[in-house]
Amino acid sequence: MLATIRRLVEEQGRLSAAADTLRDDADLYASGLTSFAAVQLMLALEEAFDVEFPERMLNRRSFASIAAIASCIAELKPEEVA
Amino acid sequence: MNAPLDRGATVVAAAALHADDVDRRGRFPAEAVQALKDARLMSLLIPTELGGAGAPLADVAELCTTLGHHCASTAMVFAMHQIKVSSLVAHGMESEWHRGFMRRVADAQLLLASATTEGGVGGNLRNSICAFERDGDMFRVSKEGALISYGAQADAILVTARRAADAPPSDQRMAVLARGQYRLERSGEWDALGMRGTCSEGFTLSGEAPHEQILASEFADIASHSMLATAHLLWSSVWFGIASDALGRAQAFVRKDARKRFDGPSPGALRLAEASTKLQLMRANIVEGLRRFERANSEPDDLNSMSFAVTMNNVKVGSSELALEIINHALLIAGIAGYKNGTPYSVGRHMRDALSARVMISNDRILGNMSTLLLAQRIDARLGD
Repeated sequence: MLATIRRLVEEQGRLSAAADTLRDDADLYASGLTSFAAVQLMLALEEAFDVEFPERMLNRRSFASIAAIASCIAELKPEEVA
Repeated sequence: MNAPLDRGATVVAAAALHADDVDRRGRFPAEAVQALKDARLMSLLIPTELGGAGAPLADVAELCTTLGHHCASTAMVFAMHQIKVSSLVAHGMESEWHRGFMRRVADAQLLLASATTEGGVGGNLRNSICAFERDGDMFRVSKEGALISYGAQADAILVTARRAADAPPSDQRMAVLARGQYRLERSGEWDALGMRGTCSEGFTLSGEAPHEQILASEFADIASHSMLATAHLLWSSVWFGIASDALGRAQAFVRKDARKRFDGPSPGALRLAEASTKLQLMRANIVEGLRRFERANSEPDDLNSMSFAVTMNNVKVGSSELALEIINHALLIAGIAGYKNGTPYSVGRHMRDALSARVMISNDRILGNMSTLLLAQRIDARLGD
């Protein structure tokens, strides 16, 4: 799951650093993630994991790091963790 | 009794007295701003423990509307100042330096301005080219082509820049620069259609100050938690003041006309009824926005949510469009008496001032951002909270 998230962050995040150089808990906003790119990233995550982000997850924190995204996905799709 | 508004009476008189001159000459409404300082209204939002009034945003909004009835430029200067104060209150309470600065704002009734735009970023305040360049305990910043409303008259300027020389354009912070810590070089004048007294001239700002004057929060959070929300709410309150005064003039025209007629109300009476519907929509939009803001302030998750951002953007887009429709109706109702300057029914200045509403952060840009948010945020189909 983390590898897929990392790939999508690389493709959609338009960050100043390559995604594979980022630690799981690195702040994506400090690397240049904009709110626009965060929405694009969310749509790509929904497509890749076949989930829908519910309203309560639609905030800045949910996309703040690869780890934060992973915990959202884990909550939406527990079977992905296994 | 509403204490801040009572204190506002002398301000209103000063704003009304000089409004035409401010507009005609495109000058800063110095008398009304001095009256705001004398009445200690610059520190309305600052907590009482720091010498302010600890008032809710709704009190500031009400004063923006009242000032908007008389002098839109004064109302907008007051609104823009309070937007800066709200960012300090929301993000500076943990910092000793910023607490001390808020105390100074309250003690000396300082006027705060904002330097958030920059030449080359296309009006997108969430991107910076300039950076805070650290040098020991100090930082230096130099911002070119910034549109700074009443920059020449301000006592301090809140400026955005990239966090550091190697940070990406969207990784921004905001710092306070007090007068004496910055230099302004005028690069553009302000000869505008309306809002002529805000003196929103172009400047190159350069300054240096101790590093502790940079707010710790990311500017992204400052923008979404306090700045954009209070800007949209307070600007809308100003526009509501302009629109409601225009409609009041149109109503006076209809009433005068009705007293002379004995064959029923004039055709303009129907337009007045129509415009009163629009005014009510505008009011409801702003009042609901103010309630949402107060609620969200006690729930950080809500403040952070896309739904909050969509709501505040809707307040701005909706009220800026409605203001123009209402003033346009007022003009149709009063006819030539409204079109002419210097009659009790004139709405020319109202129209020119309110035309700024759609371009102060362009509605097209906001709608573009919202269309992105609405790829995620669901449409709210409930009537209740």
